[in-house]
Amino acid sequence: MYLQINSLNKNFETKDGPLVVLKDINMLIEQGEYICAVGASGSGKSTLLRQIAGLDTPTSGQITVDGKRVTGPGPDRGMVFQQYTLYPWMSVQQNTEFGLKLLGVPKKVRREQASYYLNVVGLTEFSQALPKQLSGGMKQRAAIARALVSEPKVLLMDEPFGALDIHTKESMHEFMLDLWRRTNITIFMITHDVEEAVFLSNRIYALGARPGTVRKEMSINLPERTQSIKRQSKFQDYRDELMDLMRKHGQEALAAA
Amino acid sequence: MTESPQSIRAFIRPKTLNPTVFWRLAEDIPKPLNTTLIVMSVGVPLLLWWLVTTVGNIDPKFLPTPAKVLVAFGRLWSTRELLKDTVASLWRVGVGFLLAAILSIPVGVLMGSFPSIRALLEPLFGLMRYMPAPAFIPLLILYLGIGEEPKITLIFIGVFFFNSLMVMDTVKFVPKDLIESTYILGGDRIQSLFQVIFPYVLPGILDACRINLAAAWQLVIVSELIAANEGLGRRISVAGRFLRTDEIFVGLIVIGVIGLSFDLLFQYLLRVSCKWASQQR
Repeated sequence: MYLQINSLNKNFETKDGPLVVLKDINMLIEQGEYICAVGASGSGKSTLLRQIAGLDTPTSGQITVDGKRVTGPGPDRGMVFQQYTLYPWMSVQQNTEFGLKLLGVPKKVRREQASYYLNVVGLTEFSQALPKQLSGGMKQRAAIARALVSEPKVLLMDEPFGALDIHTKESMHEFMLDLWRRTNITIFMITHDVEEAVFLSNRIYALGARPGTVRKEMSINLPERTQSIKRQSKFQDYRDELMDLMRKHGQEALAAA
Repeated sequence: MTESPQSIRAFIRPKTLNPTVFWRLAEDIPKPLNTTLIVMSVGVPLLLWWLVTTVGNIDPKFLPTPAKVLVAFGRLWSTRELLKDTVASLWRVGVGFLLAAILSIPVGVLMGSFPSIRALLEPLFGLMRYMPAPAFIPLLILYLGIGEEPKITLIFIGVFFFNSLMVMDTVKFVPKDLIESTYILGGDRIQSLFQVIFPYVLPGILDACRINLAAAWQLVIVSELIAANEGLGRRISVAGRFLRTDEIFVGLIVIGVIGLSFDLLFQYLLRVSCKWASQQR
Protein backbone atom coordinates (compact mmCIF):
# COMPACT_ATOMS: atom_id res chain seq x y z
CA MET A 1 0.00 0.00 0.00
CA TYR A 2 1.27 3.39 -0.95
CA LEU A 3 -0.83 5.97 0.84
CA GLN A 4 -2.44 4.45 3.87
CA ILE A 5 -4.84 6.06 6.32
CA ASN A 6 -5.59 4.00 9.42
CA SER A 7 -8.55 4.69 11.73
CA LEU A 8 -8.00 8.42 11.56
CA ASN A 9 -10.00 10.65 13.87
CA LYS A 10 -9.87 14.40 14.11
CA ASN A 11 -11.61 16.56 16.69
CA PHE A 12 -11.57 20.32 16.89
CA GLU A 13 -11.69 21.86 20.33
CA THR A 14 -14.55 24.34 20.57
CA LYS A 15 -15.94 26.16 23.58
CA ASP A 16 -18.86 23.69 23.59
CA GLY A 17 -16.45 20.76 23.82
CA PRO A 18 -14.79 18.69 21.12
CA LEU A 19 -16.33 18.70 17.64
CA VAL A 20 -15.81 15.47 15.70
CA VAL A 21 -14.73 16.43 12.19
CA LEU A 22 -13.38 13.14 10.88
CA LYS A 23 -14.44 9.80 12.28
CA ASP A 24 -12.69 6.51 11.69
CA ILE A 25 -11.32 7.20 8.22
CA ASN A 26 -9.62 4.24 6.53
CA MET A 27 -8.18 4.50 3.05
CA LEU A 28 -5.76 2.43 1.02
CA ILE A 29 -4.31 3.93 -2.10
CA GLU A 30 -2.01 2.14 -4.53
CA GLN A 31 0.81 3.71 -6.43
CA GLY A 32 -0.39 5.30 -9.68
CA GLU A 33 -4.04 5.57 -8.69
CA TYR A 34 -6.12 8.66 -9.27
CA ILE A 35 -8.35 8.93 -6.23
CA CYS A 36 -11.06 11.48 -5.55
CA ALA A 37 -12.67 12.03 -2.18
CA VAL A 38 -16.10 13.53 -2.80
CA GLY A 39 -18.10 15.24 -0.14
CA ALA A 40 -20.38 18.18 0.55
CA SER A 41 -19.19 21.04 2.70
CA GLY A 42 -18.86 19.90 6.30
CA SER A 43 -17.60 16.46 5.30
CA GLY A 44 -14.16 17.37 6.58
CA LYS A 45 -12.51 16.70 3.23
CA SER A 46 -10.19 19.68 3.44
CA THR A 47 -9.28 18.71 6.99
CA LEU A 48 -8.46 15.21 5.76
CA LEU A 49 -6.16 16.58 3.09
CA ARG A 50 -4.40 18.81 5.62
CA GLN A 51 -3.68 15.75 7.77
CA ILE A 52 -2.15 13.92 4.80
CA ALA A 53 -0.12 17.00 3.90
CA GLY A 54 1.10 17.11 7.51
CA LEU A 55 -0.14 20.66 8.04
CA ASP A 56 -2.25 19.43 10.93
CA THR A 57 -1.98 16.43 13.23
CA PRO A 58 -4.75 13.87 13.67
CA THR A 59 -6.34 13.36 17.08
CA SER A 60 -5.77 9.62 16.66
CA GLY A 61 -4.87 7.16 13.95
CA GLN A 62 -2.06 7.39 11.48
CA ILE A 63 -1.12 8.15 7.89
CA THR A 64 1.78 6.54 6.06
CA VAL A 65 3.21 7.34 2.64
CA ASP A 66 5.34 4.58 1.09
CA GLY A 67 5.70 3.04 4.54
CA LYS A 68 6.83 6.25 6.19
CA ARG A 69 4.63 7.79 8.84
CA VAL A 70 3.50 11.37 8.22
CA THR A 71 4.54 13.68 11.06
CA GLY A 72 4.77 17.00 9.23
CA PRO A 73 4.81 18.61 5.82
CA GLY A 74 7.51 17.54 3.39
CA PRO A 75 8.39 17.41 -0.29
CA ASP A 76 7.36 13.75 -0.66
CA ARG A 77 3.77 15.05 -0.85
CA GLY A 78 3.09 17.83 -3.34
CA MET A 79 0.01 19.95 -2.93
CA VAL A 80 -2.13 22.20 -5.09
CA PHE A 81 -4.50 24.51 -3.24
CA GLN A 82 -7.86 25.83 -4.39
CA GLN A 83 -6.71 29.43 -3.93
CA TYR A 84 -3.83 30.54 -6.08
CA THR A 85 -0.73 30.23 -3.94
CA LEU A 86 2.00 31.11 -6.42
CA TYR A 87 4.53 33.55 -5.01
CA PRO A 88 3.43 36.82 -6.61
CA TRP A 89 6.92 38.38 -6.84
CA MET A 90 8.47 35.39 -8.63
CA SER A 91 8.22 34.58 -12.31
CA VAL A 92 6.56 31.31 -13.32
CA GLN A 93 10.04 29.80 -13.78
CA GLN A 94 11.19 30.96 -10.33
CA ASN A 95 7.98 29.69 -8.76
CA THR A 96 8.50 26.30 -10.34
CA GLU A 97 12.14 26.11 -9.27
CA PHE A 98 11.49 27.32 -5.75
CA GLY A 99 10.85 23.92 -4.14
CA LEU A 100 14.14 22.60 -5.47
CA LYS A 101 15.92 25.74 -4.31
CA LEU A 102 14.58 25.14 -0.79
CA LEU A 103 15.97 21.61 -0.96
CA GLY A 104 19.42 22.80 -2.01
CA VAL A 105 19.40 21.51 -5.59
CA PRO A 106 22.13 23.19 -7.73
CA LYS A 107 20.94 26.02 -9.94
CA LYS A 108 21.58 24.32 -13.27
CA VAL A 109 19.79 21.10 -12.32
CA ARG A 110 16.78 22.87 -10.93
CA ARG A 111 16.52 25.12 -13.97
CA GLU A 112 16.40 22.10 -16.28
CA GLN A 113 13.93 20.24 -14.08
CA ALA A 114 11.62 23.26 -13.87
CA SER A 115 11.80 23.80 -17.63
CA TYR A 116 10.86 20.17 -18.18
CA TYR A 117 7.74 20.43 -16.01
CA LEU A 118 6.78 23.83 -17.42
CA ASN A 119 6.83 22.13 -20.79
CA VAL A 120 4.69 19.29 -19.40
CA VAL A 121 2.04 21.76 -18.22
CA GLY A 122 2.35 23.82 -21.42
CA LEU A 123 3.68 27.01 -19.88
CA THR A 124 7.12 27.25 -21.49
CA GLU A 125 6.14 30.44 -23.28
CA PHE A 126 5.07 32.03 -20.02
CA SER A 127 8.08 31.07 -17.93
CA GLN A 128 9.13 34.70 -17.45
CA ALA A 129 5.60 35.99 -16.70
CA LEU A 130 4.49 37.03 -13.24
CA PRO A 131 1.55 35.09 -11.73
CA LYS A 132 -0.75 38.10 -11.99
CA GLN A 133 -0.31 38.03 -15.76
CA LEU A 134 -1.71 34.47 -15.99
CA SER A 135 -5.31 33.34 -16.33
CA GLY A 136 -6.87 31.17 -13.62
CA GLY A 137 -6.27 27.91 -15.48
CA MET A 138 -2.66 28.86 -16.22
CA LYS A 139 -2.09 29.71 -12.58
CA GLN A 140 -3.26 26.26 -11.53
CA ARG A 141 -1.07 24.62 -14.17
CA ALA A 142 1.89 26.57 -12.84
CA ALA A 143 0.99 25.45 -9.32
CA ILE A 144 0.87 21.84 -10.55
CA ALA A 145 4.31 22.23 -12.17
CA ARG A 146 5.64 23.70 -8.92
CA ALA A 147 4.25 20.73 -6.98
CA LEU A 148 5.66 18.19 -9.43
CA VAL A 149 9.27 19.37 -9.80
CA SER A 150 10.48 17.62 -6.68
CA GLU A 151 8.83 14.42 -7.95
CA PRO A 152 6.57 13.83 -4.95
CA LYS A 153 5.25 10.36 -4.17
CA VAL A 154 1.71 11.65 -4.11
CA LEU A 155 0.08 14.81 -5.44
CA LEU A 156 -2.59 16.21 -3.14
CA MET A 157 -5.17 18.51 -4.68
CA ASP A 158 -7.63 20.60 -2.68
CA GLU A 159 -10.55 21.44 -5.01
CA PRO A 160 -8.03 22.74 -7.52
CA PHE A 161 -10.55 23.62 -10.21
CA GLY A 162 -13.28 25.03 -7.97
CA ALA A 163 -12.60 28.62 -9.00
CA LEU A 164 -12.46 27.97 -12.75
CA ASP A 165 -15.22 28.45 -15.31
CA ILE A 166 -16.73 25.34 -16.87
CA HIS A 167 -14.71 25.42 -20.12
CA THR A 168 -11.37 25.99 -18.41
CA LYS A 169 -12.34 23.29 -15.94
CA GLU A 170 -13.01 20.75 -18.71
CA SER A 171 -9.71 21.46 -20.39
CA MET A 172 -7.96 21.15 -17.02
CA HIS A 173 -9.65 17.75 -16.55
CA GLU A 174 -8.26 16.54 -19.86
CA PHE A 175 -4.90 18.02 -18.95
CA MET A 176 -4.90 16.16 -15.60
CA LEU A 177 -5.74 12.81 -17.20
CA ASP A 178 -3.00 13.29 -19.76
CA LEU A 179 -0.52 14.30 -17.05
CA TRP A 180 -1.52 11.34 -14.91
CA ARG A 181 -1.02 8.86 -17.76
CA ARG A 182 2.32 10.33 -18.75
CA THR A 183 3.88 10.66 -15.29
CA ASN A 184 2.15 7.74 -13.58
CA ILE A 185 1.94 9.81 -10.42
CA THR A 186 -0.38 8.98 -7.54
CA ILE A 187 -3.07 11.65 -7.18
CA PHE A 188 -5.36 12.22 -4.23
CA MET A 189 -7.86 14.95 -4.96
CA ILE A 190 -10.81 16.27 -3.02
CA THR A 191 -13.81 17.87 -4.64
CA HIS A 192 -17.53 18.46 -4.16
CA ASP A 193 -18.09 18.10 -7.91
CA VAL A 194 -19.40 14.56 -8.47
CA GLU A 195 -19.09 14.71 -12.24
CA GLU A 196 -15.48 15.87 -11.98
CA ALA A 197 -14.69 12.98 -9.61
CA VAL A 198 -16.28 10.33 -11.86
CA PHE A 199 -14.55 11.70 -14.93
CA LEU A 200 -11.08 11.84 -13.40
CA SER A 201 -10.63 9.08 -10.88
CA ASN A 202 -10.28 5.36 -11.02
CA ARG A 203 -11.65 5.13 -7.50
CA ILE A 204 -13.85 7.38 -5.38
CA TYR A 205 -14.35 7.70 -1.67
CA ALA A 206 -17.72 9.29 -0.93
CA LEU A 207 -17.68 11.15 2.35
CA GLY A 208 -20.67 11.82 4.58
CA ALA A 209 -20.92 14.97 6.66
CA ARG A 210 -20.97 15.80 10.38
CA PRO A 211 -18.89 13.90 11.27
CA GLY A 212 -16.91 13.18 8.13
CA THR A 213 -16.87 9.46 7.45
CA VAL A 214 -16.33 7.25 4.42
CA ARG A 215 -19.84 6.26 3.31
CA LYS A 216 -18.95 4.43 0.16
CA GLU A 217 -15.98 3.34 -1.86
CA MET A 218 -16.56 3.03 -5.57
CA SER A 219 -14.34 1.88 -8.42
CA ILE A 220 -14.90 3.70 -11.69
CA ASN A 221 -14.49 1.64 -14.84
CA LEU A 222 -15.03 3.66 -17.95
CA PRO A 223 -13.96 2.51 -21.43
CA GLU A 224 -12.54 5.92 -22.26
CA ARG A 225 -12.15 9.37 -20.75
CA THR A 226 -13.38 11.92 -23.24
CA GLN A 227 -16.06 14.56 -22.91
CA SER A 228 -18.49 12.36 -24.86
CA ILE A 229 -18.36 9.65 -22.18
CA LYS A 230 -20.37 12.01 -19.99
CA ARG A 231 -23.38 11.38 -22.26
CA GLN A 232 -23.20 7.61 -21.86
CA SER A 233 -25.32 5.74 -19.39
CA LYS A 234 -22.41 4.12 -17.59
CA PHE A 235 -20.97 7.51 -16.67
CA GLN A 236 -24.40 8.80 -15.70
CA ASP A 237 -25.10 5.75 -13.53
CA TYR A 238 -21.95 6.38 -11.51
CA ARG A 239 -22.82 10.05 -11.22
CA ASP A 240 -26.44 9.44 -10.22
CA GLU A 241 -25.52 6.84 -7.65
CA LEU A 242 -23.11 9.25 -5.99
CA MET A 243 -25.54 12.15 -6.22
CA ASP A 244 -28.31 10.07 -4.63
CA LEU A 245 -25.95 8.99 -1.89
CA MET A 246 -24.92 12.55 -1.14
CA ARG A 247 -28.50 13.81 -1.28
CA LYS A 248 -29.61 11.13 1.15
CA HIS A 249 -26.81 11.91 3.56
CA GLY A 250 -27.45 15.61 3.19
CA GLN A 251 -31.05 15.10 4.29
CA GLU A 252 -29.99 12.89 7.17
CA ALA A 253 -27.50 15.50 8.31
CA LEU A 254 -30.18 18.20 8.13
CA ALA A 255 -32.62 16.05 10.08
CA ALA A 256 -29.98 15.36 12.73
CA ALA A 257 -29.21 19.07 13.04
CA MET B 1 -46.25 36.58 2.31
CA THR B 2 -49.76 37.08 0.96
CA GLU B 3 -49.01 40.19 -1.13
CA SER B 4 -48.23 39.54 -4.75
CA PRO B 5 -44.80 40.68 -5.97
CA GLN B 6 -46.35 43.43 -8.12
CA SER B 7 -47.83 45.28 -5.18
CA ILE B 8 -44.47 46.37 -3.79
CA ARG B 9 -43.69 48.27 -6.97
CA ALA B 10 -46.18 50.97 -6.02
CA PHE B 11 -43.90 51.87 -3.11
CA ILE B 12 -40.68 51.98 -5.07
CA ARG B 13 -39.54 55.39 -6.29
CA PRO B 14 -38.12 55.29 -9.85
CA LYS B 15 -34.35 55.58 -9.53
CA THR B 16 -31.46 55.45 -11.97
CA LEU B 17 -27.77 56.16 -11.74
CA ASN B 18 -27.04 59.33 -13.71
CA PRO B 19 -23.78 59.55 -15.63
CA THR B 20 -21.17 61.91 -14.21
CA VAL B 21 -17.57 62.88 -14.81
CA PHE B 22 -16.49 64.86 -11.76
CA TRP B 23 -18.24 62.72 -9.14
CA ARG B 24 -17.08 59.33 -10.42
CA LEU B 25 -16.70 57.04 -7.46
CA ALA B 26 -13.48 54.95 -7.36
CA GLU B 27 -13.18 55.25 -11.15
CA ASP B 28 -10.60 57.05 -13.27
CA ILE B 29 -11.46 60.52 -14.54
CA PRO B 30 -10.38 61.75 -18.00
CA LYS B 31 -6.69 62.64 -18.15
CA PRO B 32 -7.12 66.33 -19.16
CA LEU B 33 -9.48 66.90 -16.23
CA ASN B 34 -7.04 65.15 -13.93
CA THR B 35 -4.14 67.33 -15.06
CA THR B 36 -6.23 70.51 -14.79
CA LEU B 37 -7.27 69.66 -11.23
CA ILE B 38 -3.67 68.88 -10.23
CA VAL B 39 -2.47 72.23 -11.59
CA MET B 40 -5.37 73.99 -9.85
CA SER B 41 -4.54 72.32 -6.56
CA VAL B 42 -1.33 74.37 -6.25
CA GLY B 43 -2.14 77.15 -8.69
CA VAL B 44 -5.36 78.44 -7.08
CA PRO B 45 -3.87 78.98 -3.58
CA LEU B 46 -0.82 80.67 -5.19
CA LEU B 47 -3.07 82.94 -7.23
CA LEU B 48 -5.18 83.80 -4.16
CA TRP B 49 -2.02 84.57 -2.23
CA TRP B 50 -0.81 86.85 -5.00
CA LEU B 51 -4.22 88.58 -5.33
CA VAL B 52 -4.66 89.15 -1.61
CA THR B 53 -1.16 90.61 -1.17
CA THR B 54 -1.20 92.79 -4.31
CA VAL B 55 -4.78 94.06 -4.39
CA GLY B 56 -5.57 93.91 -0.68
CA ASN B 57 -3.91 96.34 1.69
CA ILE B 58 -2.00 93.86 3.85
CA ASP B 59 1.00 94.56 6.02
CA PRO B 60 3.95 92.65 4.44
CA LYS B 61 5.15 91.83 7.97
CA PHE B 62 1.93 89.84 8.24
CA LEU B 63 1.78 88.31 4.76
CA PRO B 64 4.53 89.07 2.22
CA THR B 65 3.93 88.92 -1.53
CA PRO B 66 5.05 85.82 -3.45
CA ALA B 67 7.65 87.99 -5.20
CA LYS B 68 9.11 89.12 -1.87
CA VAL B 69 9.36 85.51 -0.71
CA LEU B 70 11.14 84.63 -3.95
CA VAL B 71 13.60 87.47 -3.37
CA ALA B 72 14.19 86.26 0.20
CA PHE B 73 14.81 82.77 -1.20
CA GLY B 74 17.42 84.18 -3.59
CA ARG B 75 19.07 86.11 -0.76
CA LEU B 76 19.25 83.12 1.58
CA TRP B 77 20.44 80.89 -1.25
CA SER B 78 23.22 83.24 -2.37
CA THR B 79 24.63 83.56 1.17
CA ARG B 80 24.61 79.75 1.37
CA GLU B 81 22.72 79.97 4.68
CA LEU B 82 19.73 78.10 3.28
CA LEU B 83 21.89 75.30 1.95
CA LYS B 84 23.70 74.98 5.30
CA ASP B 85 20.37 74.82 7.15
CA THR B 86 18.95 72.27 4.74
CA VAL B 87 22.01 70.05 4.99
CA ALA B 88 21.93 70.24 8.78
CA SER B 89 18.27 69.19 8.92
CA LEU B 90 18.70 66.49 6.30
CA TRP B 91 21.68 65.04 8.14
CA ARG B 92 19.74 64.76 11.40
CA VAL B 93 16.78 63.15 9.72
CA GLY B 94 19.04 60.85 7.72
CA VAL B 95 20.91 59.51 10.74
CA GLY B 96 17.91 59.29 13.06
CA PHE B 97 15.60 57.76 10.49
CA LEU B 98 18.14 55.26 9.17
CA LEU B 99 18.99 54.05 12.68
CA ALA B 100 15.31 53.68 13.49
CA ALA B 101 14.53 51.93 10.19
CA ILE B 102 17.48 49.52 10.41
CA LEU B 103 16.35 48.41 13.87
CA SER B 104 12.58 48.60 13.49
CA ILE B 105 12.32 46.57 10.26
CA PRO B 106 13.80 43.34 11.70
CA VAL B 107 12.02 43.90 15.03
CA GLY B 108 8.70 44.43 13.22
CA VAL B 109 9.19 41.37 11.02
CA LEU B 110 9.98 39.25 14.08
CA MET B 111 6.96 40.63 15.95
CA GLY B 112 4.70 39.89 12.99
CA SER B 113 6.10 36.42 12.39
CA PHE B 114 6.42 35.05 15.92
CA PRO B 115 3.47 35.39 18.31
CA SER B 116 5.97 34.86 21.15
CA ILE B 117 7.99 37.96 20.28
CA ARG B 118 4.79 39.88 19.63
CA ALA B 119 3.54 39.10 23.15
CA LEU B 120 6.90 40.19 24.56
CA LEU B 121 7.15 43.55 22.79
CA GLU B 122 3.73 44.71 21.58
CA PRO B 123 2.39 45.99 24.93
CA LEU B 124 5.49 48.13 25.52
CA PHE B 125 5.60 49.44 21.97
CA GLY B 126 1.87 50.11 22.00
CA LEU B 127 2.35 52.25 25.11
CA MET B 128 5.41 54.07 23.77
CA ARG B 129 3.60 54.86 20.55
CA TYR B 130 1.06 56.96 22.42
CA MET B 131 3.73 59.08 24.11
CA PRO B 132 4.24 61.96 21.65
CA ALA B 133 7.92 62.12 20.75
CA PRO B 134 8.16 65.93 21.33
CA ALA B 135 7.14 65.28 24.95
CA PHE B 136 10.52 63.60 25.36
CA ILE B 137 12.42 66.80 24.51
CA PRO B 138 12.89 68.01 28.12
CA LEU B 139 14.16 64.57 29.14
CA LEU B 140 16.46 64.35 26.13
CA ILE B 141 17.96 67.76 26.88
CA LEU B 142 18.43 66.68 30.49
CA TYR B 143 20.15 63.42 29.48
CA LEU B 144 21.97 64.37 26.28
CA GLY B 145 22.42 68.14 26.36
CA ILE B 146 21.59 70.35 23.38
CA GLY B 147 23.90 68.99 20.67
CA GLU B 148 23.04 66.59 17.87
CA GLU B 149 22.38 63.56 20.09
CA PRO B 150 19.03 64.66 21.55
CA LYS B 151 17.71 65.63 18.10
CA ILE B 152 18.70 62.32 16.56
CA THR B 153 17.34 60.43 19.56
CA LEU B 154 14.06 62.31 19.26
CA ILE B 155 13.69 61.22 15.63
CA PHE B 156 14.62 57.69 16.60
CA ILE B 157 11.94 57.57 19.31
CA GLY B 158 9.37 59.08 16.99
CA VAL B 159 10.02 56.57 14.21
CA PHE B 160 11.14 53.32 15.86
CA PHE B 161 7.96 52.35 17.72
CA PHE B 162 5.55 53.38 14.98
CA ASN B 163 7.59 51.71 12.26
CA SER B 164 7.97 48.46 14.23
CA LEU B 165 4.22 48.23 14.79
CA MET B 166 3.36 49.10 11.20
CA VAL B 167 5.84 46.55 9.83
CA MET B 168 4.39 43.99 12.26
CA ASP B 169 0.91 44.62 10.87
CA THR B 170 2.00 44.05 7.27
CA VAL B 171 3.66 40.78 8.30
CA LYS B 172 0.54 39.60 10.09
CA PHE B 173 -1.36 39.75 6.80
CA VAL B 174 0.92 37.36 4.90
CA PRO B 175 -1.50 34.68 3.60
CA LYS B 176 -1.19 31.49 5.61
CA ASP B 177 -1.49 29.47 2.37
CA LEU B 178 1.75 30.99 1.11
CA ILE B 179 3.64 29.86 4.21
CA GLU B 180 2.02 26.42 4.17
CA SER B 181 2.89 26.02 0.48
CA THR B 182 6.49 26.71 1.42
CA TYR B 183 6.46 24.04 4.15
CA ILE B 184 4.99 21.54 1.68
CA LEU B 185 7.69 22.35 -0.87
CA GLY B 186 10.21 21.41 1.80
CA GLY B 187 11.01 24.82 3.28
CA ASP B 188 11.91 25.22 6.93
CA ARG B 189 10.91 28.16 9.12
CA ILE B 190 14.04 30.21 8.46
CA GLN B 191 13.66 29.80 4.70
CA SER B 192 9.99 30.75 4.97
CA LEU B 193 10.92 33.87 6.93
CA PHE B 194 13.66 35.12 4.61
CA GLN B 195 12.53 33.82 1.23
CA VAL B 196 8.76 34.12 1.50
CA ILE B 197 7.60 36.42 4.29
CA PHE B 198 10.25 39.11 3.77
CA PRO B 199 9.84 39.55 -0.01
CA TYR B 200 6.07 39.46 0.40
CA VAL B 201 6.03 42.29 2.93
CA LEU B 202 8.77 44.41 1.32
CA PRO B 203 6.26 46.75 -0.39
CA GLY B 204 4.43 47.16 2.92
CA ILE B 205 7.72 47.91 4.69
CA LEU B 206 8.64 50.56 2.13
CA ASP B 207 5.20 52.09 2.56
CA ALA B 208 5.54 52.16 6.36
CA CYS B 209 8.95 53.82 6.00
CA ARG B 210 7.50 56.40 3.63
CA ILE B 211 4.82 57.35 6.13
CA ASN B 212 7.23 57.45 9.07
CA LEU B 213 9.79 59.50 7.18
CA ALA B 214 7.16 62.24 7.10
CA ALA B 215 6.98 62.01 10.89
CA ALA B 216 10.78 62.16 11.15
CA TRP B 217 10.85 65.24 8.98
CA GLN B 218 8.34 66.97 11.25
CA LEU B 219 10.27 66.02 14.37
CA VAL B 220 13.56 67.45 13.15
CA ILE B 221 11.89 70.81 12.59
CA VAL B 222 10.28 70.67 16.04
CA SER B 223 13.61 69.85 17.68
CA GLU B 224 15.33 72.70 15.85
CA LEU B 225 12.63 75.18 16.82
CA ILE B 226 13.56 74.59 20.43
CA ALA B 227 17.35 74.55 20.40
CA ALA B 228 19.78 74.53 17.47
CA ASN B 229 22.52 76.57 15.83
CA GLU B 230 21.47 75.72 12.32
CA GLY B 231 18.69 73.89 10.50
CA LEU B 232 15.48 74.79 8.73
CA GLY B 233 13.53 74.85 11.99
CA ARG B 234 16.12 77.17 13.48
CA ARG B 235 15.88 79.40 10.36
CA ILE B 236 12.14 79.79 10.89
CA SER B 237 12.42 80.51 14.56
CA VAL B 238 15.14 83.17 14.03
CA ALA B 239 13.18 84.75 11.20
CA GLY B 240 10.15 84.90 13.49
CA ARG B 241 12.13 86.67 16.18
CA PHE B 242 13.19 89.42 13.73
CA LEU B 243 9.74 89.60 12.10
CA ARG B 244 11.16 88.46 8.75
CA THR B 245 7.95 86.87 7.58
CA ASP B 246 9.28 86.34 4.05
CA GLU B 247 12.03 84.10 5.44
CA ILE B 248 9.48 82.12 7.47
CA PHE B 249 7.66 81.43 4.22
CA VAL B 250 10.90 80.42 2.50
CA GLY B 251 11.60 77.96 5.34
CA LEU B 252 8.07 76.50 5.25
CA ILE B 253 8.06 76.06 1.49
CA VAL B 254 11.51 74.43 1.44
CA ILE B 255 10.44 72.04 4.22
CA GLY B 256 7.30 71.12 2.29
CA VAL B 257 9.08 70.61 -1.02
CA ILE B 258 11.80 68.42 0.52
CA GLY B 259 9.18 66.33 2.35
CA LEU B 260 7.20 65.85 -0.85
CA SER B 261 10.38 64.85 -2.72
CA PHE B 262 11.05 62.15 -0.11
CA ASP B 263 7.55 60.87 -0.58
CA LEU B 264 7.85 60.74 -4.37
CA LEU B 265 11.27 59.07 -4.06
CA PHE B 266 9.81 56.30 -1.89
CA GLN B 267 6.88 55.85 -4.26
CA TYR B 268 9.35 55.52 -7.13
CA LEU B 269 11.44 53.00 -5.16
CA LEU B 270 8.32 50.98 -4.45
CA ARG B 271 7.32 50.96 -8.12
CA VAL B 272 10.77 49.95 -9.31
CA SER B 273 11.64 47.34 -6.70
CA CYS B 274 8.24 45.69 -6.36
CA LYS B 275 6.72 45.61 -9.82
CA TRP B 276 4.60 42.64 -8.85
CA ALA B 277 2.77 44.70 -6.23
CA SER B 278 2.24 47.79 -8.37
CA GLN B 279 -1.45 47.19 -8.98
CA GLN B 280 -2.25 46.36 -5.39
CA ARG B 281 -1.59 49.85 -4.10
